[in-house]
Amino acid sequence: MPRIALFISQRLVKAVFVILAIAVFNFFLVHAAPGDPAAVMAGEAGAADAKFVEQLRQQFGLDRPLYEQLGTYMSKVVQADLGYSYRQQRPVFDLLMDRLPVTLSLTLTAFVLALLGGVALGTLAAMRAGTWSDTAITVVGLTAYATPIFWIGLMLILLFSVNLGWLPAFGTESIGAGYTGWDAFLDRAKHLVLPVTTLGLFYMAVYTRLTRASILEVRDMDFVKTARAKGLPEWRIVSVHILRNAILPVITVAGFQAGHLIGGSILIETVFALPGIGRLAFEAVLQRDYQVLLGIFLLTSVVVVVFNLLTDLIYSLVDPRIEVAP
Amino acid sequence: MTETPLLDVRNLTIDLPRGADRPHAVQDLTFTLEPGEILCVVGESGSGKSMTAHAVMGLLPKAVKVSSGEIRHQGTDVFSLPERDQRALRGGRIAMIFQEPMTALNPLMRVGDQIDEVLRYHTTLDRAARRARVVELLASVGLPEPDHLRRSYPFRLSGGQRQRVMIAMALAVEPDILIADEPTTALDVTTQKQILELIQDIQAKRRMGVMFITHDFGVVAEIAHRVAVMQRGRIVEIGTAEDVLNRPQHPYTRQLIAAVPHLIEHREDFTRARQPVLTAEKVCKTFHLGGGFFTPGRKVVAGDDLSLTIHQGETVGLVGESGSGKSTLGRSIVGLIKPDSGKILFEGVDLLSLSRPAFRPYRRHVQMVFQDPYASLNPRHTVGDIITQGPVAFGEDRHKALDKAKALLKLVGLDASAAERFPHEFSGGQRQRISIARALALEPKLLIADEPVSALDVSVQAQVLDLLEDLRHRLNLSMLFITHDLRIAAQICDTIAVMQKGRIVEIGPAKEVFGNPQHAYTRTLLDAIPGKGWTIPEDVVPVTRRSAALRNSA
Repeated sequence: MPRIALFISQRLVKAVFVILAIAVFNFFLVHAAPGDPAAVMAGEAGAADAKFVEQLRQQFGLDRPLYEQLGTYMSKVVQADLGYSYRQQRPVFDLLMDRLPVTLSLTLTAFVLALLGGVALGTLAAMRAGTWSDTAITVVGLTAYATPIFWIGLMLILLFSVNLGWLPAFGTESIGAGYTGWDAFLDRAKHLVLPVTTLGLFYMAVYTRLTRASILEVRDMDFVKTARAKGLPEWRIVSVHILRNAILPVITVAGFQAGHLIGGSILIETVFALPGIGRLAFEAVLQRDYQVLLGIFLLTSVVVVVFNLLTDLIYSLVDPRIEVAP
Repeated sequence: MTETPLLDVRNLTIDLPRGADRPHAVQDLTFTLEPGEILCVVGESGSGKSMTAHAVMGLLPKAVKVSSGEIRHQGTDVFSLPERDQRALRGGRIAMIFQEPMTALNPLMRVGDQIDEVLRYHTTLDRAARRARVVELLASVGLPEPDHLRRSYPFRLSGGQRQRVMIAMALAVEPDILIADEPTTALDVTTQKQILELIQDIQAKRRMGVMFITHDFGVVAEIAHRVAVMQRGRIVEIGTAEDVLNRPQHPYTRQLIAAVPHLIEHREDFTRARQPVLTAEKVCKTFHLGGGFFTPGRKVVAGDDLSLTIHQGETVGLVGESGSGKSTLGRSIVGLIKPDSGKILFEGVDLLSLSRPAFRPYRRHVQMVFQDPYASLNPRHTVGDIITQGPVAFGEDRHKALDKAKALLKLVGLDASAAERFPHEFSGGQRQRISIARALALEPKLLIADEPVSALDVSVQAQVLDLLEDLRHRLNLSMLFITHDLRIAAQICDTIAVMQKGRIVEIGPAKEVFGNPQHAYTRTLLDAIPGKGWTIPEDVVPVTRRSAALRNSA
């Protein structure tokens, strides 16, 4: 398919420019906040000596003019070098790679489960619109949507960890248990149950509502009547004719949400004490750790751009009327 | 008769949900359909004809229930069958095609797959056999390159082609009964002719029973063997086509036939001595669809060297099929579309050369009435607001404008109190009257009517046409009347311009264009009018003739 290949390559070229522009913008954004890492470090060390701060600045290169700092940063970025965190005394890339698996295993699992569950529940509710099962799904969905996400997390901890003692409340693994192989995986999975449920519930509510509304709109369309007139069984009408047409708006929102896979879980990571990217970002802001912050921003923008491209591709696969036009 | 009828509907009553305008959708309906017969069911919207078809198919909406009566298919009571057998009947023995070919096909599925589905659930054919059958079916409904077309998505096909696909789908397992619910209403007149011929041809070959629902007596005259006329859920008259068309008994049948638009010869000639109001000179417009910075899109020529003059008090009819560029010209004159080149002279001033502010005063002189009265009125505004907005925008006092609006509502045959109500409280015909009042509020010199009656029932259509005819005499209006229906154009227009593919192929006095068409395309169009062979019986007085008589006596 040369057309698809052309489309993807053109979009990738555009994406490179978009990401570079974002990097420049991020750079100024970060520097617009008052204070700098030198001031924070000096403050924490208890030495408010102006000379010491000045020395730190010189060491980090913060005394140079802003455009020169930008030049240095950008020249590193194009070489895929995200810099070095003086604060943590480690390269930013390594820091990110340490934290990424935790965040992704949380957000990706929650995303996939929410999408599948939401579409299934939404379909069920729409096909039984007006019955008690529809009402139940709608009410539960609305509650999950309206309740603050951290509160749900805390309540789940209270119930399943504190009272029932079934599931661990925080962390990614049992420290000092020394599990290996299958046991280690199970242990990690157990630790993920509560955070994934908390994060997933919220998104599932969104997909449920969206799917339900979309199906209610599609199921009265003429081609559904045609399908009925053909004498097809009900499940085939729902899955092939209704759902496939109703899923389009869900894909739009899902693609949008997939872009938040990296940065959207700060609250959950905080509540469940997970060492993920969200927590890293939060700490980096407090410490004015420019390099780490910029690294996270860049990573996030890459993810957003990639998922936008993916969404467009999926769209053109699902809906033949949409052609991939570069 | 010894033969069991294909379809035997006895005392069928269908209840409407509470709060509807009447308790029953259809009441005490009894009719039969024999093999090899085309039964036309005629009636206006809301008469229950579609409801009957849906009941036979078992496709009634949930809120609507059959309360008594039975439907027998070759002797078997359909309602007593379990759901499984009913499903086998639908699409297997009884098939249906719908009015809107644009929406009746699943947009995300290849047309071949949509036909294949029927075969999959009603036959035991294997994959290869089904594929061969799909190709054969597509070829049998006259579609070109069936093997290629099989893999197309519906949006690639024209309305006529889609309706052919629908027919192919309906015929997939050779049903005994075909129910056609207004299958040609949304199609152009030439396409309509082809589809009608196709249905007739297939029906004759396979001795199918066809239940054909329509509101168009021209179509009835073209294909019906027997006719059932429905009014408010009851059959008021049923008989052979010959009897019902030529010797209608029931007053409602006579009323429907009287409202059928028809070629009239007695219209007095329009004298061209009067002033030209609007002249279009060599107007060209090309639309570019799709495409990006480097990739060229598709070009659609909607206007190619269009020239046309509308004189004071003259009604010019712009006729042609969909996509011929009729609306583009109309919209260009109102200033909604900017043509690529050419001149549009209104009383000598070239409207296209004017800047936006300079053009504004001319807007009030040229007003437009749109096709769909359901979409063209803002549902959140009162009728009074809708009518007065124009004059108020041109600086008229609000109270004075409202008084004028009320007078206008009376002029178009509505009550003055309509001004306080909202559009949804009115029927389609009444809404179109409101649209006309809105257009007239600015006291225009030229009215552009873009298919103003094609969304309306025949009898309502006749009333609105009558109103337009009356208004133009009273107000000395000039009018550009855009329509795809030649019978309507013949009835209301002095001059006819026939458009094809963005060009005006023939223009002249209505009498000459219809009486002695010069261009081959005009002849094709005239030839495609359904029911040419049928003349309205003498004792049924056409509506327009009646009102013309009234006007002369007044």
